[in-house]
Amino acid sequence: MTDFTADTAGPGTPAARKSSLYTETTRTKRRNASETRFRLYGVAAISVGLLFLVALLYSIVTNGIPAFKQTFVTIPVTLDAARLDETGNRDPSDLARVTTFGYKPLVTEALVTALRDNGIAIPFEDEGDVEKLLSSSVAAQVRNTVLADPELVGQTVEFRMLAASRVDGYFKGRVSRESLARDRNLDAEHLDLADRMVEAGLLQTAFNADFIFGADASESRPEQAGIGVSMVGSLFMMLVVLVLALPIGVASSIYLEEFAPQNRFTDFIEVNISNLAAVPSIVFGILGLAVFIQFAHLPMSAPLVGGLVLTLMTLPTIIISTRASLKAVPPSIRDAALGVGASRMQSVFHHVLPLAMPGILTGTIIGLAQALGETAPLLLIGMVGFIASNMPDSIGAGFLSPNSAMPAQIYEWAKRADPAYYERAWGGIIILLVFLMTMNIIAVVLRRRFERRW
Amino acid sequence: MPALWLLVLVLVIGIAGFIIGRQRAMRTAQGDIRLLHSLPSYYGSNVFLSTVIPGLLLLAVWLIAQPLVIQGRVAAMIPEQGLSDYGSLSLVMSDVRRVADGLDLAVERGALTPEAAGSIRTELTDVRARLGAVGVALGSNVQPYVLSAAQSYRAMSATGSLLMSVVVIAATIAGFAVSVLRTNKDFRARNAVEKVVLALLLAAASIAILTTVGIVLSLIFNTIEFFKLYPASDFFFGTTWSPSFGGGSELGIVPLFWGTFYISLIALAVAVPIGLFAAIYLSEYAGPKVRSVAKPLLEVLAGIPTIVYGLFALLTVGPLLVSVFGQGGMLGVGWMRGGTAVATAGLVMGVMLIPFVSSLSDDIINAVPQAMRDGSLGLGATRSETVKQVVMPAALPGIVGAILLAASRAIGETMIVVLGAGAAARLSLNPFEAMTTVTAKIVSQLTGDADFASPEALVAFALGMTLFVITLGLNIVALVIVRKYREQYD
Repeated sequence: MTDFTADTAGPGTPAARKSSLYTETTRTKRRNASETRFRLYGVAAISVGLLFLVALLYSIVTNGIPAFKQTFVTIPVTLDAARLDETGNRDPSDLARVTTFGYKPLVTEALVTALRDNGIAIPFEDEGDVEKLLSSSVAAQVRNTVLADPELVGQTVEFRMLAASRVDGYFKGRVSRESLARDRNLDAEHLDLADRMVEAGLLQTAFNADFIFGADASESRPEQAGIGVSMVGSLFMMLVVLVLALPIGVASSIYLEEFAPQNRFTDFIEVNISNLAAVPSIVFGILGLAVFIQFAHLPMSAPLVGGLVLTLMTLPTIIISTRASLKAVPPSIRDAALGVGASRMQSVFHHVLPLAMPGILTGTIIGLAQALGETAPLLLIGMVGFIASNMPDSIGAGFLSPNSAMPAQIYEWAKRADPAYYERAWGGIIILLVFLMTMNIIAVVLRRRFERRW
Repeated sequence: MPALWLLVLVLVIGIAGFIIGRQRAMRTAQGDIRLLHSLPSYYGSNVFLSTVIPGLLLLAVWLIAQPLVIQGRVAAMIPEQGLSDYGSLSLVMSDVRRVADGLDLAVERGALTPEAAGSIRTELTDVRARLGAVGVALGSNVQPYVLSAAQSYRAMSATGSLLMSVVVIAATIAGFAVSVLRTNKDFRARNAVEKVVLALLLAAASIAILTTVGIVLSLIFNTIEFFKLYPASDFFFGTTWSPSFGGGSELGIVPLFWGTFYISLIALAVAVPIGLFAAIYLSEYAGPKVRSVAKPLLEVLAGIPTIVYGLFALLTVGPLLVSVFGQGGMLGVGWMRGGTAVATAGLVMGVMLIPFVSSLSDDIINAVPQAMRDGSLGLGATRSETVKQVVMPAALPGIVGAILLAASRAIGETMIVVLGAGAAARLSLNPFEAMTTVTAKIVSQLTGDADFASPEALVAFALGMTLFVITLGLNIVALVIVRKYREQYD
């Protein structure tokens, strides 16, 4: 040992070295600098990625939140019996004969009276011009209320009405007096009037439940549009996907993982599954159009067809994750079951499958979340937004009658020219993301909860 | 009997079969479970399966086959005049179906008696008005041959579904009887049940093949149809894309190809460097804490639906780019005229692909054995030199595979392009100009009101076929590369 130390400390070795590792030469400096740079690139890459994420979430939240608020006008409307019910016997079928055009003047008069009562001067030559402050859906709203309760005729009832989308946009900062300069629908005076109505308490901004539960509206009434019906469409589609994709996916994974012999046929199945996982989603839309609609004559735009297309699309995802969780169950479990006399089928169904179930559910939820956000194939089978204007009236109709899905509805809104619809589209995205996040959180919790080490 | 009720009936018989089979097995064993070959529930399941499966199988086959058979026989009844009136057989047939459905509805609503629905004549009754009264709108007056075809269509459907009910119920009861009679204590019920279950599992696994077959067939048939109407050489080499629904369209795929290629290129130019550096940092430098936060956060980007990215491109990124590169923008260059452009869609698609590249590369970089790094570090290389000269070359084939997979994703991506890139098919080098892609055109050709027999709608299938072939090729190459590389160190 002493020899060794003496040797290394001896003349010739360290003293002969021209430099030490501790002194930086230019080359070391360069190398270290490049090391630091390289590291910074990595940090920069991750920061850019996260920055994009933040920018995306920021624009979703800031643009979408206004969709959940809505400007309402609250005024009393006198339901003139002489005009609404000529026979005077409150017969619903007679009441139904008065169309929305009959109700429109009532609403306009009510608004004019309300403004006068509150001491607000009307700056228009034609007093009827104030009706532009209100949504064009208002007459229908009053009519529906009357038809639902004929006893209201003759009374004065307080209504909470939707304000027109541009008035709504003014209070949300989307519309300004300058931007109205070229607008035929509304003048700057209307906005002054709206400001005074706020002071008088006739106009207020409140939470808008109709956006979440309502139906899509026509292009000219963005203030009325809601995502509720297409949410129902998405729900029915997800039911189809769940009922078909989970059993088929699990069954095929069990076959491939536990029973499949190694032959050409099973190889072919495996190659097919990994290919299907990478086929562009729009191709599945073409498949659905050609097979389910052209060939099998299933109804266009039906959630059933959408669900079938999405089932085929999510199957590979579910199969791949299910196989992974089946593989994670150690062979000792199978051996133990076989050892006490169970058949292979029994060992799989009684022992392996229950142990793999949490993993399978996690994969299924993730697959469902993917399916929920898919748009392109749905457009091809006709699930575009504008038909989603009625709630399905029965469970059967829920599957078969034309409907939309949340992402398709958002796409439809994004395509419309009125900027008021952009706000709806962002708002719809918030709702969609809330669903997706819930599903993903459930998946993560399930995984955490049932994760086990063998 | 409607198919749904038939289904319920078959299931009810099946459940009854389960109970009866189980009881019969117990009885033959005099209630002593030890005398049975299998557990009692297997005897029940055996009866259930042999009752339900033949019935359901027949039902499914019948439901698919019956419309095809009837369609063929009714189509044979359409006179020459029908073909010249309508232009194609499929249009006549869709009218026949509509009239038949209308008659069904009219009978259901009580507007027509069942006998009248079968015997009315266009010469004597205004069918269109009668059907209009129950809410069936017909585009034109009903031709006599359409009405008679619709009536025989209805008659055949009625006979068909009656026959179906009889056959299905007969098969169900036969299965029930045979399996109940076979049930006794020595019957190997478990083996029988397991054989059937195995067959069911195999059938489920084969659905992947059926899907692929379905995709290929639906694409091929319609593509052939398209090439009958429009020459293939014009489609593949034409440099103008201008569909017009009045006819005389020019449907050259080259501009769409170029748009697809250009957008994918920009997307990859964004996603590959960022994704790759992120993967290198995460696997080589980052501590477990940073990794456990940054990796899932990046992967959130992959879980966001593409419609969200599309909206982000249309409403946030597009206007932002215009304010920089547009007329009177920050740079004052005026390259960009509208928010929808190749750069918009490419940039946003690149963001979407970042986690895709980074996760796949991360896996592959992690698979490079530690010994190789240790060797390099031991020789005095810095960590970045190790990464550049040892880890990357070793991981390169796998990373190339990952990039190819990302490219195939970019080519197949639809919603970002539909919303972000515009609709103009053009051959241009300016990345700030609106262009369009194959996927976007598939959507626009198939979401209109075009009739399916026109080349303007059928071209979507040819586009889909091209897209399918390209992405399939890329995927196969990528999967082969990734798989081959992964096996290297095992």
